[in-house]
Amino acid sequence: MERNQMHRQIANTRKLMFDQGYLDEQFIQLEELQDGSNPNFVEEVVTLYYRDSARFLSNLDQALEKRPLDFSKLDNLMHQFKGSSTSIGAKKVKTECTHFRNYCNARNAEGCKRTFQNVKKEYTTLRKKLEAYFQMSRQVGPVETAYASSVVVCTIRYDTIHSLHLNIIHSNLPLRRCAARSH
Amino acid sequence: MMPSSSGGSWKSSGAGAGDGGVPDQFPAGLRVLVVDDDPTCLMILEKMLRHCNYEVTKCNRAEVALSFLRENKNGFDVVISDVHMPDMDGFKLLEHIGLEMDLPVIMMSADDSKSVVMKGVTHGACDYLIKPVRIEALRNIWQHVVRKRKHEWKDFEPSASADEQKPPEEPDYSSSANEGHNWKSTKRRKDEEDEADERDDPSSLKKPRVVWSVELHQQFVAAVNQLGIDKAVPKKILERMNVPGLTRENVASHLQTFLPHNSKNLVQKYRLYLRRLSGSPLPGGMNVGFMGGPDAGYGSMSSLNGLDLQALSASGQLGQLPPQSLATLQAVALGRSNNSKSAIHVPVIDQRNIFSVENPKSRYSEVQSQHLNNSSKQINLLPGIPTNMEPKHFVSLQQSGQHSFGSMNHQILIQMGGQSQSQTQSQNQVQSNTNAHHGLRQPVLSNDMLTRGGVVDVSTSVYNPVVSVSQASSLVDFSMNHKTDSSGSSYPLGGSLGIPNVRATSSALQGDGNLDTKVSGRRIVPSYDVFNDLNQNREWGLQDVGLTFDQSPHLIQVGLDASSPLLLQHNHSSVSEMGGQNRNLASGKVIFSPGVEARTHHNGSNVGQQRNTYVKPESDTDGSFHNTLYSELYGQDDLLVAIMKQQQQGVGQPENEFGFDGYALDDLPV
Repeated sequence: MERNQMHRQIANTRKLMFDQGYLDEQFIQLEELQDGSNPNFVEEVVTLYYRDSARFLSNLDQALEKRPLDFSKLDNLMHQFKGSSTSIGAKKVKTECTHFRNYCNARNAEGCKRTFQNVKKEYTTLRKKLEAYFQMSRQVGPVETAYASSVVVCTIRYDTIHSLHLNIIHSNLPLRRCAARSH
Repeated sequence: MMPSSSGGSWKSSGAGAGDGGVPDQFPAGLRVLVVDDDPTCLMILEKMLRHCNYEVTKCNRAEVALSFLRENKNGFDVVISDVHMPDMDGFKLLEHIGLEMDLPVIMMSADDSKSVVMKGVTHGACDYLIKPVRIEALRNIWQHVVRKRKHEWKDFEPSASADEQKPPEEPDYSSSANEGHNWKSTKRRKDEEDEADERDDPSSLKKPRVVWSVELHQQFVAAVNQLGIDKAVPKKILERMNVPGLTRENVASHLQTFLPHNSKNLVQKYRLYLRRLSGSPLPGGMNVGFMGGPDAGYGSMSSLNGLDLQALSASGQLGQLPPQSLATLQAVALGRSNNSKSAIHVPVIDQRNIFSVENPKSRYSEVQSQHLNNSSKQINLLPGIPTNMEPKHFVSLQQSGQHSFGSMNHQILIQMGGQSQSQTQSQNQVQSNTNAHHGLRQPVLSNDMLTRGGVVDVSTSVYNPVVSVSQASSLVDFSMNHKTDSSGSSYPLGGSLGIPNVRATSSALQGDGNLDTKVSGRRIVPSYDVFNDLNQNREWGLQDVGLTFDQSPHLIQVGLDASSPLLLQHNHSSVSEMGGQNRNLASGKVIFSPGVEARTHHNGSNVGQQRNTYVKPESDTDGSFHNTLYSELYGQDDLLVAIMKQQQQGVGQPENEFGFDGYALDDLPV
């Protein structure tokens, strides 16, 4: 059915983000916080993240323009940006941030600049993917999204019964739940 | 965990739990304050905490968080804070919270380097979470709350045993201190038990009050000494004290008591003063600590003394159990440094006043000790001062081993006398006044002073009280009448004097005896208040002073004198008044001065103090003594301040007025 297809599509999109390393466990934590009272929680958080972290990127851009480079300032800015990115589970972004900080500590201006470009690239890529994902999810509706998530969880995290369990509980799905759980 | 469908639902239950309403739902409703400048993290944390059924308040600025905490003193159970924040370092916030509120604080950061985590530990964080924080990690934060409460409670109960366990540095005093302490411990324990019921319910999360017994105070002082006044932050002090159940907040508030002005100089002076007071005869950590050197800082001393006094007053029993309180005071004064006993478990509340008195006294002690040292022999002049603590007066004391105190006092007196004399001359400035008084007073007043409690916060505005005190002294009539020959004994006010009286100073002055009434009539009462105001933490209030007065007119007078010098600092004018009076007193009332010192007693100076006052119960001077005493009493803190000011300002006047220069110990012999 269309709906099921939709769900499957959403689930796959989501799975892909995980598989490709764009998202990590932390994102699931966010998803688990989503419930009936706050059905769009994950999207809200991600939106907030992109809105807030933009200033870090612009500050970093400016700081990288200066000569000579103020590495401690760069490191400081990146630390904050990294913390933010980590909190939503932006895995690739986080990795690039770590690289950047390493170059900072090594006072490698070239490395910093290069890495920073990577950071921005990953940042933008993830944003696009998440935007698409959320858009799809919204079309299906909150409950469905939960269901889709649970299905995805079922599929992806078969080794994490706990998450699955939680997800299922959250989703409030009867039969499927059990089925998923049995995994 | 139920998903929080609405923040309100669990909130209400949480609120109930927080207020002790629904214990069985604990940890649901745990009131968490989360601080993070990152809005994304903040949002996530809030959601997670809500999912744990906690009551969450979030803020993205440390300053805002602090104001939240300050406005709602008991509104939160635990704080979670990020390490890196733009407006304030997370560790700084941690310190603030520990100092002011003593709540469990959990730090978090994306930085997981060992150094940062270690910093969190050393700054007293209960836990350190690495970002990204998982909800599982947040689910268990309630344990920190329970643990902290548990420790706090523990502190209150087996105080006696704890104190006893502490090896007294001064064998002499230890016994008395122990006894006094025990008495106090018992009382405190009882108080604690009352609270225990509430505390048993973790969700109520009530913080029991800490009674700063003599022992505890000594420990505190020792810790401060070790750290050095510059580094004596509550957290470190707490660590060094290593008293189970004691919280950082307790230490912080206690510390604040002694460092009202946060003046290093003052602290140093005080310490010096105390050191002198304690002099050689007073072995013991505290004394030594303080004696450490002028730079040692008065902080420790004062705190010690203050603590002792407070403890004494806290025991509140002072009023009721004068002897004991006196004893305690003595113990405190004498052996604070020496005795780690927390003899004074006086309930802090009322005794605050007493403490105030004591505190000033302690200051004096320091100063006086200096004096004492200078002219130890002078003290000898005072007859039987050591024993002045007469049994009758110090009934309690005796019980607690007054003897030791008595001797202590005596010693102190001597020291003080000596010092005061020498000091008076040399220290025209404030110190002299205070010192002079102190020196003399301390020994004599030690007990009394103690009883008076540190309320005398002379510094604050003691002057008034001082003046009144002097008047009171007249009432008290230096009670030499009361006391038998040993002015020191007059202090026996101690029985009831000390502290209880002191507290009542404001009221006591009025009531107890002639002195009381007079005193009360005097401005003393108001002055106490003033002091209280000055010493926010200390509610010594003149009351204490008054109390002492009652019993030993001398004391009061002495107190005045003592305080006068101190007061001088604050109110030169008043000081002058007192000074004049004090002078008289000083000469005759030497007793008081030392007595005053005695309060501060840091080291049994009380004894000396008492004697001093005793020695010279001149009527006219009596008044001044009173003033002096009060001044001393009032402001232990004030004393310090006064001293400091004097030193700084070269308050010569008070001195002259007090005639410390003159009466220094010379008059002691009477």
